[in-house]
Amino acid sequence: MATPLLDLDLVFVTGKGGVGKTTIAAALAEVAAASGRRTLVCEMDAKGALATAFDVGELEFEPTEVAPRLHAMTMSTEESLREYLRLFVRIPLLARIGPLASTFDFVADAAPGVKEILAIGKLAYEVRERHYDLVVVDAEASGHVVSQIAAPKVIADLVKVGLVRDQTQWMLDILEDPDRTGVVVTTTPEEMPVVETIELLDRLATDTDTACAAVVANRMLPAVYNRNELPVLERLDEVVDDLVDLAGPGARDVIDAATLVERRRASGAGHVDRLRQHLDGTGVDMLTVSELFARSHGHRVVSQVSEQLADELGVEQHEGAGG
Amino acid sequence: MSSTVGLDALLASREMILVTGSGGVGKTTIAAALGLAAVQRQQRKVLVVTVDPARRLATALGLDGISNSPQPVDPSALNEAGVEARGELHVAMLDTKAGWDELIRRHAPDVETRDAVLANPLYENLTGRFVHSHDYLAMEQLHDLHATGDYDLVIVDTPPSRNALSILDAPGRMADFFGSRLLKWLTVPYRSRLFSAASRPFQQIADRILGSSFLQDIADFFILFQRMEAGFVRRAREVEALVADPRTSFIVVTTLEAAPAHEARFLVDELAARKLPLGAVVANRVLPDHLADRTAADAAASLLEHTRSDATAVFDAAAASLDVDPSVFRRVVAKAASRFDDVSMVASREADRRSELAALADPLIGVPWTSGDIHDLAGLSIISATLRGN
Repeated sequence: MATPLLDLDLVFVTGKGGVGKTTIAAALAEVAAASGRRTLVCEMDAKGALATAFDVGELEFEPTEVAPRLHAMTMSTEESLREYLRLFVRIPLLARIGPLASTFDFVADAAPGVKEILAIGKLAYEVRERHYDLVVVDAEASGHVVSQIAAPKVIADLVKVGLVRDQTQWMLDILEDPDRTGVVVTTTPEEMPVVETIELLDRLATDTDTACAAVVANRMLPAVYNRNELPVLERLDEVVDDLVDLAGPGARDVIDAATLVERRRASGAGHVDRLRQHLDGTGVDMLTVSELFARSHGHRVVSQVSEQLADELGVEQHEGAGG
Repeated sequence: MSSTVGLDALLASREMILVTGSGGVGKTTIAAALGLAAVQRQQRKVLVVTVDPARRLATALGLDGISNSPQPVDPSALNEAGVEARGELHVAMLDTKAGWDELIRRHAPDVETRDAVLANPLYENLTGRFVHSHDYLAMEQLHDLHATGDYDLVIVDTPPSRNALSILDAPGRMADFFGSRLLKWLTVPYRSRLFSAASRPFQQIADRILGSSFLQDIADFFILFQRMEAGFVRRAREVEALVADPRTSFIVVTTLEAAPAHEARFLVDELAARKLPLGAVVANRVLPDHLADRTAADAAASLLEHTRSDATAVFDAAAASLDVDPSVFRRVVAKAASRFDDVSMVASREADRRSELAALADPLIGVPWTSGDIHDLAGLSIISATLRGN
């Protein structure tokens, strides 16, 4: 029996660009916080989408409480290095090595995996110190997330001695424990995102020992018509003139729109079914979130998605989190 | 429409078109459709370069797979799909690993350096990670393809990067990297660095964090790498010049959803700030405008009203003519009508965003939301026809 998603300590939310990764991460964190868990949500790419998701100003490395029990931050590898030096290397006078930025290049660009490990290390540190019940990561898109999660392993292979090497083991202990860490792959019911999801699941399995905790099929169109109704919908255009006579010229648009949306739904459902078959027997759950037609921006979207996710996860929300 | 004349002119007059936009908006499909449009209109030799390992796109183009070296799309397959091609269409996919190896082979001053770099344990890791190497490679390979003169037009599906324009900074960053303190520090012979008073505090910290043997590995690699500086820097400058050339043009692809449209506005502004030529904005997966019209909404309301009333001779007659159950028929009409608001709302939001974008970009070309995925040449040719305004 897999550990329920919200009972993990660290969750990486990823997916192909444009599938709603940030919204799902924000909503998941919101559900966790509303269920009583002290939660941290961290944006990895500093693009500002997470701040938009909570309708707050710019987020910083230092977490901000955006709702009761819900803390949000944005990753900065330079800040993470600063914190790391202070905590582990015990260098009290950072000023002595000059402005960190100029030497930071070295660590960030030249040494493979060091930038990634500074980010992952910060998250794993928050988990190890039990500052939060759950840390949700709005991670890199599916193309890069594997190298991020695999960073401690890469470092352990390349760096034979030194503090970084020593630091990798406890990170791996957290990252490779399926009861503590899981990846949530977000997709939409479209061909390319589904193909990428399947490829990512395979790469996670081969390149890392971190488990996939769930797949979220976002923006699913609802199945409106049943088996008897579908053939009728497909033939409505044969009698569209009668409907135009009855309701005006716009009736044609109404029928067109209904047919268009239904075909889109059916094609998307086919892709999601393929994904479901792929997950069959793996023990990975699929959560579905339906399309929000009244697509608003910011926190209103997140709270609607939160409600759906809470239902999917069977979580009772004690009080509405968020503002 | 004047706008599509603009696009045809663009495809006829440019030598390179960079297709850019945020992730998931259909850049690859639009790039391929632009390729089709170009060979339909002009007797030109056109190459579409993609970075996405989109296998279905390969299938759509009638290819088994897309490889690093350009391959032609079979003209008879084009014909079968109803595409009357006057020019030749070729496709290639960027392969970053193979691309790096190729670069090292080219820029290495001698065989020893080349082999030492390729065999260095850090090589693969470093090339995969530093100075946005994917972006740099994309630009580099582009320059190559253009420089061969084999193609009249090269259309590039740019890599999905965090900031879609960071690809443009990549050559400059590469050049800067060679001039940076970082590289100098890394390549100072290890021993003298150890005794240099200036670098001692940093050295000590780096050593404690990373371990000295690892530092030595890195230093070895960069000492080799630095021998290739001249070649890399020269090429970086050439690539920069190519991007800014008037024969190059940018096409921004977006959907009319909030986040991609926002990104598209940003890209349009950013291109202007960099004085780079915007060729067109393509709004992909657009709902038909008229779905946002009052008449359609009125018809939906009226249909719904009628399904609820008793006097529905029209429905019963229509159901009879289709030979279907009248109650099922009525239910279907009721559902179609009651769901219309959702679609209409999305359409009207899209119409707003579309006019915002239209104020920034001319031409703005809308590609309709199709009911399925594009997975064959026929599907691509429909998009290409839309782009051309047929």
